[in-house]
Amino acid sequence: MKMTELQAGDSLQTIQLDPVSRLDLIKYAGASGDFNPIHTIDEEAKKAGLPGIIAHGMWTMGNLSKLFTSYYEEGYIEDYIIRFRGMVFLHDTITLKAELQDKVENKLHFNVAAVNQADKEVIKGQIVFALY
Amino acid sequence: MFSETIGKQSAKIKNTVERGAVRKFAEAIGDSHPIYVDEETGRNSRFGANIAPPTFPRVFDYGDIKGLDLPDKGLIHGEQTFHYKRPLLVGEDIFCYSEVTGYTEKSGTQGKMGFLLLKSFGEDSSGSIVFTSKSTVIISEAVRREMDRV
Repeated sequence: MKMTELQAGDSLQTIQLDPVSRLDLIKYAGASGDFNPIHTIDEEAKKAGLPGIIAHGMWTMGNLSKLFTSYYEEGYIEDYIIRFRGMVFLHDTITLKAELQDKVENKLHFNVAAVNQADKEVIKGQIVFALY
Repeated sequence: MFSETIGKQSAKIKNTVERGAVRKFAEAIGDSHPIYVDEETGRNSRFGANIAPPTFPRVFDYGDIKGLDLPDKGLIHGEQTFHYKRPLLVGEDIFCYSEVTGYTEKSGTQGKMGFLLLKSFGEDSSGSIVFTSKSTVIISEAVRREMDRV
């Protein structure tokens, strides 16, 4: 399916991630340089009043954009707007979604979200995909 | 204490979109697509090079804003946006800086929450903006009290 064939209301293929592991977050800490210990060390998360370590919001936001990666010859993400709404804990199963809201000239406006196993939105926002 | 930093900018810092850093970052977000990691795919693409994932600017150094001393713990990331003119190319230099664009406080159930708005910029070597990003950082009363003590 090409981006240009999508109609308003159509969705990109959703992706369900493997349950969040500590190693996922250690890897993201290393790759991003965000070593805030609430993402990797249990005691630090508890000290901060959390039940356990939580994923970096940017880890989830980074994952979500992969719904668009394979369309790189057609266009690029011009705007990526995210509100962090809920925490992602170890072993959560996150599903990534994007639905085309409308097309304005060469700009495709998507509503995007990552939801957890309880169907709660943990991040939510918009992507504007600009066609070349 | 944050209000005085509104309008202040950091000095530009030269960053390189390093191949190894892009590969590691793509892996960490579970998106090791050939357009990010495979040289031949990059060469044969419309860009003639590999590109970086849209949230890759998290990796860049934006320099320090004078008077803005954020703690490394206890901050909550509220919102994040990126605006691109084009994708980032692996191997290119990007000159990055940040500015404090706003600070407000709102009373909530857990005391006064502070909302710090930061805007960041990435320019190519000719001085053209490649991307801008905005972050909203939420600073709880407990964290601010902790900062006041030191």
